[in-house]
Amino acid sequence: MTDLELSEEDEATLAGDRGEAAELCLRMVIALARVRGASRLLSVESAHVDGCLYHGQAGLDFVERLGELGGRVAIPTTLNVGSLDLRHPELVRAAPDTAAGARRQMAAYEALGCTPTWTCAPYQLTHRPRQGAHIAWAESNAIVFANSVLGARTDRYGDFLDIAAAITGRVPDAGLHRDENRRATIRLDCSGLPSRLLAEDAAWAVLGHLAGRLAGSGVPVVTGGPTTVTEDRLKAFGAAAASSGGVGLFHVVGVTPEAPTLEAVAAPGLPVHTVETAQLRAIRDELTTARGAEIDALCLGTPHFSLTEFERLAAELADGGPFDPGVTTYLTTSRAVLAEADRLGYAEIVREAGARIVVDTCTYLTPILDAGVRTAMTNSGKWAWYAPGNIGVSVVFGSLAECVASARAGRVVRDEALWAG
Amino acid sequence: MGGLIGRSVFPGTASGELLVLDAPLSFWGGTDLEGHIVDEHHPQRGAVLTGRVVALPRARGSSSSSSVLAEQLRAGTAPAALVLTEPDAILMLGAWVAAELYGVRLPIAALAEADYALLAAGAGRARVDADAEVARVSMLSA
Repeated sequence: MTDLELSEEDEATLAGDRGEAAELCLRMVIALARVRGASRLLSVESAHVDGCLYHGQAGLDFVERLGELGGRVAIPTTLNVGSLDLRHPELVRAAPDTAAGARRQMAAYEALGCTPTWTCAPYQLTHRPRQGAHIAWAESNAIVFANSVLGARTDRYGDFLDIAAAITGRVPDAGLHRDENRRATIRLDCSGLPSRLLAEDAAWAVLGHLAGRLAGSGVPVVTGGPTTVTEDRLKAFGAAAASSGGVGLFHVVGVTPEAPTLEAVAAPGLPVHTVETAQLRAIRDELTTARGAEIDALCLGTPHFSLTEFERLAAELADGGPFDPGVTTYLTTSRAVLAEADRLGYAEIVREAGARIVVDTCTYLTPILDAGVRTAMTNSGKWAWYAPGNIGVSVVFGSLAECVASARAGRVVRDEALWAG
Repeated sequence: MGGLIGRSVFPGTASGELLVLDAPLSFWGGTDLEGHIVDEHHPQRGAVLTGRVVALPRARGSSSSSSVLAEQLRAGTAPAALVLTEPDAILMLGAWVAAELYGVRLPIAALAEADYALLAAGAGRARVDADAEVARVSMLSA
């Protein structure tokens, strides 16, 4: 086994110089370093913590223990979603015990000095990590966005280790922190796909789902696509790839910062998969578990809706009527983005159409959908993947325009020309 | 006494009925707090993990599995031990936190593929002894 070299400061932390919480957290980071075969620890500039979501007593006991031991984050730390909408508590139908535990858990993380951002899209906030910065981010879509789109460096962190990294400022020098693990492992050639399809956010979600399936926990690289791809499309791609597979980093040649050229991220002879429109259509249909054309809910905003998505939705809603009263529309976003969407008038347009705007949490994690909802439509590959198992609904996957048209009609409306290639 | 020698992912000693999983499993979303497999796509849906030496080819999916495993360990519904083919950080962290908070230990071993295949062909009671570096996995009966 590789010997782990600790700094003098690490030794002092283990000796208790920074308090009991830092000592406990550094022991955890070292336990991870041993499993990952790291030879040293790295300092990180920021952390994003996913452990604030309530999964039961143990997670709550852990964060409250850190508080009792005097824990305090050492670096700027944002928080992922919790199990409640603290601003609109009536929107979540959690059992009283669960709600009480969830509320305590969210408060306990805030008490450690974390910023109460409550979003899975911390990359939509004002302060973003710079390219090349080592960070400790948790939550699979946040991780893949930070690595791929921002060019920052985080390994795939999760519960417990995220707050341990925030309190110590240290992580193992392993995984995606290291150059050799950031090279592409498979190429997706998209040169045969129609440009109209690649101008659709939902197509990037489907492409991401395919990339995750092909790459597993490797690093996919996309070639042959447009040279300008919006962050909303890259968000959709990453979130889906991190759900169907364990992707923590992807490249799009000519678009993402580490891939100005294919050669910059790939060795000659990299395996290639040629993507065809029919394959994307097949995945769209696989992500659709509902049999009929009936829908009774629409769920948007997984990962959290961005300001540009609000703008686009407001434009879609500008002409045409309100949503069918039989279809309840839920839109999840962060407090920060909602404040901007309110200021710019987008949120009002969305509310007037009949949508419920939820913050701080997500509709596939916690009971928010009305109890009678059987079939929900979404433009999110990630929501489509997780919701049937998590909250027991059938799903219809489609583009934002298809979602809006369907919510107005009260049944699935497809733009088959889009997916026909 | 023989046994298969592998790497220790988390130290401890435990024994129980061997349960070999035929497909990867995510503890988050794939198991409930009573220790059942609830993943709708899993071939062994409904199987009970509690108290068993669970051999799983690969862990899969969400990092929230750390919290779910820690909670099962707190509630006494967790497996007795885990045997993997490669070290898994998410499961190790769940075991680490439960040991730290509640003093319960879930030994986790990682075996080479060939040794894992030998174990997976077995049935009956198994035992896992893992120290800081090395893990030994033995069958206690045929």
